[in-house]
Amino acid sequence: MLPARIKSAAVAIAAVGLLGGCATSGNPKDPIEGFNRAMFAFNEGLDSAIIKPVAKGYDHVLPSPIKTGVTNFFSNIEDLFIGVNNLLQGKVPEAFSDLGRVVINSTVGLLGVIDFASDAGLEKHDEDFGQTFGRWGVGNGAYVVIPVFGSRTVRDTVGLVLDVAADPVANHNPRRTRDMAIVLRLVNDRANLLPADKVVEEAALDKYSYMRDAYLQRRRNLIHDGNPPREVEANADSADPATNAEVQVSEPRADAATEAAVVVARADQASPN
Amino acid sequence: MKSLFALFSGLLIATTVMAQELAPDVLVKTVTNEVLDIVRKDKEIQSGNTKKAIDLVETKLLGHFNFTRMTQLALARDWRQASPAQQKILTDEFHALLVRTYSKALTEYKNQTIDFKPFVMKAGETDVRVRTEIKQSGAGKNIELDYYLEKSGAAWKVYDIEVGGISLVTNYRDSFASEVRNNGIDGLIKSLQAKNKSGEATSVKK
Repeated sequence: MLPARIKSAAVAIAAVGLLGGCATSGNPKDPIEGFNRAMFAFNEGLDSAIIKPVAKGYDHVLPSPIKTGVTNFFSNIEDLFIGVNNLLQGKVPEAFSDLGRVVINSTVGLLGVIDFASDAGLEKHDEDFGQTFGRWGVGNGAYVVIPVFGSRTVRDTVGLVLDVAADPVANHNPRRTRDMAIVLRLVNDRANLLPADKVVEEAALDKYSYMRDAYLQRRRNLIHDGNPPREVEANADSADPATNAEVQVSEPRADAATEAAVVVARADQASPN
Repeated sequence: MKSLFALFSGLLIATTVMAQELAPDVLVKTVTNEVLDIVRKDKEIQSGNTKKAIDLVETKLLGHFNFTRMTQLALARDWRQASPAQQKILTDEFHALLVRTYSKALTEYKNQTIDFKPFVMKAGETDVRVRTEIKQSGAGKNIELDYYLEKSGAAWKVYDIEVGGISLVTNYRDSFASEVRNNGIDGLIKSLQAKNKSGEATSVKK
């Protein structure tokens, strides 16, 4: 199972590298905008044709306590893996807190369905391999939209491959339960995002770039655990936004394939954006 | 008698100054609670009447926001290219867009509670971040909601809002810049106006 997943991700990265050649926009953070927009349109189509209607039905039919239970159940499984990432980032107290959450919620919380740990003051964290790489100093690389999963950067795509490889749900046997669990998780996650949808529709002049820039800001915030260094302010009288872009993304114009190849090797040199 | 009067007017001045110099965290807390109290009681806003939510935002929040500064931040260096008249239109349109977005978010309100994070301000600071967190009642992760305030004159004004680390203001920077690059300042004004028109049309029913 695992090699197949890694292989398909490798193909995706290679494809990104190939397309890196046909730069279509002046935005240094998004050198393959043409490809990304096409993929974004594909994902939007998939979402509005299948995923969103199913999520709406799910949201409408199930009572809130059940939906909360489903969210908590998957959130509990995820905590284990968040703990591993916190450990890899050297955040030992957080890692122990995540482990504590899993122990409490898996037992008292009836296999994770009830989140007692949050009530007990053990805060839920948000970590993944992409963030761990970022913490280690790996730069973003180009922005990429990948099928189904959506917004990523080259770094976070590599992270995603490991996330999926380490995902207890995706590795579960027998296959039938696994597939059902994956679908349930996807639908439930999507249902939780339904309120945000309307706000984005209201806010965005161009949904593609709104989602892109939101993703990049969000990741930057997560890597710094909510306290990213303030960007140099680009107001009318001072700095130039182009320089800010340079500050944010190391080697913005580097070819995406090269970027992917050196992404791990650079771990100890580049500074977190 | 005279001294009593002096004392009284002294007190009066002291309270006015205090009212004006409401600390930024107190300001955010007071206004948030005031607005949410209204939303909690208003079934129409809860069922998606954006128009009503906009009225609420306009009356309760507007005085505490610095929209010129927000527009300037979103436009970055293109702000300088705009004539004062264009700057005025841009500010008005961006203002309308932000108010509608914020109001839309209010109509999605469902029993969440707001946690106000501890706030410490150094003496003489004029630019601060007040951190809050939206606690979801059931499913869903908590969302950090941070307000950036700047002291202008005696009052503190919000010039940026970050939701989960995403700035509602600077998130527009790249799309505004590319719009200006392709169609000029007037092109950006046109697309903002078009966006606001289409938003207004749907704000009543949805």
